[in-house]
Amino acid sequence: MSTNERIGVYICHCGSNIAQTVDCAALTEYAKTLPGVVVAKEYKYMCSDPGQDLIKKDVAENKLTRVVVSSCSPLMHEETFRTAVEDAGLNRFLFQMSNIREQVSWVHKDKVRATEKAKKLLRAAANRVLHQRPLERREVPVTPEVLVVGGGIAGIEAALRLADAGKKVHLVEKEPTIGGHMARFDKTFPTLDCAACILTPKMVSVGQHRNINLMVCSEVEEISGYTGSFKVKIRRKATCVDNASCVGCGVCWEKCPAKKIPSEFEEGLANRTAIYIPFPQAVPKRPVIDRDNCIYFKTGKCKVCEKFCDCKAIDFEQKDEVVEITVGAVIAATGFETLDPRTLPRYGYGRFDNVLSPLEFERLTNASGPTAGKVLLKDGSVPKSVAILHCIGSRDEKHLKHCSRVCCMYSLKFAHLVEEKTHAEITNFYIDIRAFGKGYEEFYHRLLKEGVTFVRGKAAEVTNVAEAPEEKGKLIVVAEDTLLGKVRRVPVDMVVLSTGLKARSDAGHMAHVLGISRSADGFFLERHPKLGPVDTPTEGIYLAGACQGPKDIPDSVAQGAAAAACALSLIDRTRVVLEPVTAEIDEKLCAGCKLCIANCPYSAIEFDETRKVSVVTEALCKGCGTCVATCPSGAARQKNFEDAQISSEIVGILASM
Amino acid sequence: MKKLGYFPGCSLMVTNRAYSISACNVARQLGIELSELSDWNCCGATAYLSLSEAKAFVMSARNLAIAESEGHDTLVAACSGCYVVLRKTGKYLDEKPQVRAQVNAALAAGDMSYKRTVKVRHLLDVMVNDCGEEAVKGCVKKPLQGLKVAAYYGCQVGRPFGEADDPEFPVTMDRLLGWLGATPVEFPVRATCCGGLTMTTEPELGMEMSGRILRVAREQGADCIATACPLCQINLEAYQDRIGRRLGADVRIPVVYFTQLMGRAFGLSSQEVMAGDSLTDVSAVLA
Repeated sequence: MSTNERIGVYICHCGSNIAQTVDCAALTEYAKTLPGVVVAKEYKYMCSDPGQDLIKKDVAENKLTRVVVSSCSPLMHEETFRTAVEDAGLNRFLFQMSNIREQVSWVHKDKVRATEKAKKLLRAAANRVLHQRPLERREVPVTPEVLVVGGGIAGIEAALRLADAGKKVHLVEKEPTIGGHMARFDKTFPTLDCAACILTPKMVSVGQHRNINLMVCSEVEEISGYTGSFKVKIRRKATCVDNASCVGCGVCWEKCPAKKIPSEFEEGLANRTAIYIPFPQAVPKRPVIDRDNCIYFKTGKCKVCEKFCDCKAIDFEQKDEVVEITVGAVIAATGFETLDPRTLPRYGYGRFDNVLSPLEFERLTNASGPTAGKVLLKDGSVPKSVAILHCIGSRDEKHLKHCSRVCCMYSLKFAHLVEEKTHAEITNFYIDIRAFGKGYEEFYHRLLKEGVTFVRGKAAEVTNVAEAPEEKGKLIVVAEDTLLGKVRRVPVDMVVLSTGLKARSDAGHMAHVLGISRSADGFFLERHPKLGPVDTPTEGIYLAGACQGPKDIPDSVAQGAAAAACALSLIDRTRVVLEPVTAEIDEKLCAGCKLCIANCPYSAIEFDETRKVSVVTEALCKGCGTCVATCPSGAARQKNFEDAQISSEIVGILASM
Repeated sequence: MKKLGYFPGCSLMVTNRAYSISACNVARQLGIELSELSDWNCCGATAYLSLSEAKAFVMSARNLAIAESEGHDTLVAACSGCYVVLRKTGKYLDEKPQVRAQVNAALAAGDMSYKRTVKVRHLLDVMVNDCGEEAVKGCVKKPLQGLKVAAYYGCQVGRPFGEADDPEFPVTMDRLLGWLGATPVEFPVRATCCGGLTMTTEPELGMEMSGRILRVAREQGADCIATACPLCQINLEAYQDRIGRRLGADVRIPVVYFTQLMGRAFGLSSQEVMAGDSLTDVSAVLA
């Protein structure tokens, strides 16, 4: 193919990341043979300033019209090189990148074959760049409001930071109260301050803040639009209580006759009524009716709450309401779930009375919990011996491969609380103690001095089969003590299973709604593991807290504040630049069949009745390409993904060398 | 009648024929024909694997190749040992091209090859997960009302991959027993090793291991133990007197195959479940 274009090709060594597996000199020589290429150079770090200067200098001196860089993933540095190309005076879309690190050097060993593959990828990019067209980016105004999804400690922190900065925040929480997991904890490691004492003031601030629009019992159903201007649909579930009239006096839940409903907040260790608030410090302090358990909804008779309510706040006919808001940025703070210990039946959870999940233990030891903070066995007696089993389900090929990060420390906290409250003999079974945070290792040493026993070995099972007289009537924890090299059997009265943290079971659905990805462990994927820990690949959507991976409270708070700062830096700009990778319809080719209109998921195409053609509304187009694939006459085109661009790229990869 | 490839294995031909015969009779009731492979050979057995993996794989793969040539996509093994070895062979052939090449080169000498289309399943898995609650309950004519059973899975049903059941704490047989009307007892040693071949090489150790299972079954008030493996069955039923003397306690308890209990619940005769082959007194259980 003859061309008037003048292409510059730049091969990056990425230190030794690429150079040790790809013969960069040979690749550079090869580049010089490709059509249109007038300059080909290799350099140790193309992303560095000298690397970028190389491009800028060549554009000026060699009158380059197009640029190709063979280096890492475009996710890493496409923006860097596009900006360099733009600084050099070319349109930023006359640039193409080929990925010879993630797709070549990091995944192959054979240098000869890796170099061949790199050549093909480079040829594809060089072919493609010839067909690329200059595109102009557009600017749109920003709505200076933020949606925070999830009212746990991370979401609370993010919402308060933004609201204090004078921004309007919409905080959406699925449950009837904010507070999340932290509201259910007793003490917090390593300082042992009471979770409620430090959390509830923040919850109250959220409830009272004039800049925070708190929506509980609500779920985000749909997010459309783009950075700076997301349209959000939120379903506010019917709670059968008019929050504006209700004063939270509590008469309704005192009088409700349906009293034996296991409380979710208390992990089923205590009961609640059908009209209820999850716990006394709930924010908002407004009850909700659990329709599945309400006598009126089950039998058509009762309405005791309505009779006693002086405020006339009960409304049995209340319906779900869908509200629509527009926000400039979204922070996902949807949290985590703890692993269900029933998935590991060998530890006896659900079969033996005194085998507890960590959240059950939190409630048991909590002063406002079902036993008023006393650590008791099911029969009401005080345990004389307690085993705490670390890493249940975590660091386990068959369950959660990851370390859940918080379990070592909450296990130590449990050990301390049991010691303090019962003086029971406590044995921790652990693989490694991971006390990584500030003051954590010191807390571990404090526990060692408190006389808590640590057995290095993961518990294999909890059984009630006694092998010796002292084991009769006890729960026996069996584990290999890897320091002694022996199997130990430790009879105890109570076992706490320190289960790991996993992604929420609805994380897949939420990721879809938010338009973000998840990592292999199921948690939401950040833009960069080091340099973009609260960003996502979707501009304007940020992550906070354990929805991104297991996190303790300090880290969740830090991330909540960080996400708020990111959102703030976006919405404080009055305008944002949008990528022009959208669809356009060639009026000369359009037959007016409207197939594209029917298929566009964003309602971004309209029909022009006077000219009888379909027209794309650029501000609404997300560049998904559906219309391009649908159009029978080839009139719909995806900018920067045109047929000629894609097919030339394919030829570059598939043609023989 | 649904036809599944069936690998009886050596034990089920002679010493443990009651397992095989009751299994085939029960399967027929459920509309399944366990079609025995023609000219099958040793599964490759665990002992071979520790001496020469390559030879053991070839031996084992020959059975998979036969199943494939007979048009089976599933090969059912009733013996847990055969099940584990055949599965392991299948997995190695799937994942390791070198082993595959080696094995197929050896099989070629007998004009055979294996294209990896056969899935090896345990009989218990097929009965519970393929037949299912509705079909099994539909066959029950004489529910095992009031019969307390210790479901003993042995160590190999779920291990090492745990695809059909939890490897450490399997539960499928308990569910099956429930469908038959029986009451499975809480049985924590359900997947603890029976001692395996140590009963012949290290009898003291073997008796200790089998003894624990017998003792716990009695302590839990079981009327019988149900097994899903011929070696477990022999270890638990053949040495009860000796184990009892060693432990100084009565550990006698009927031990039967789970398929025999299915047969009795389905209304099969004691001949059809081969009750006469039992070494323990099963009159109260299989009557």
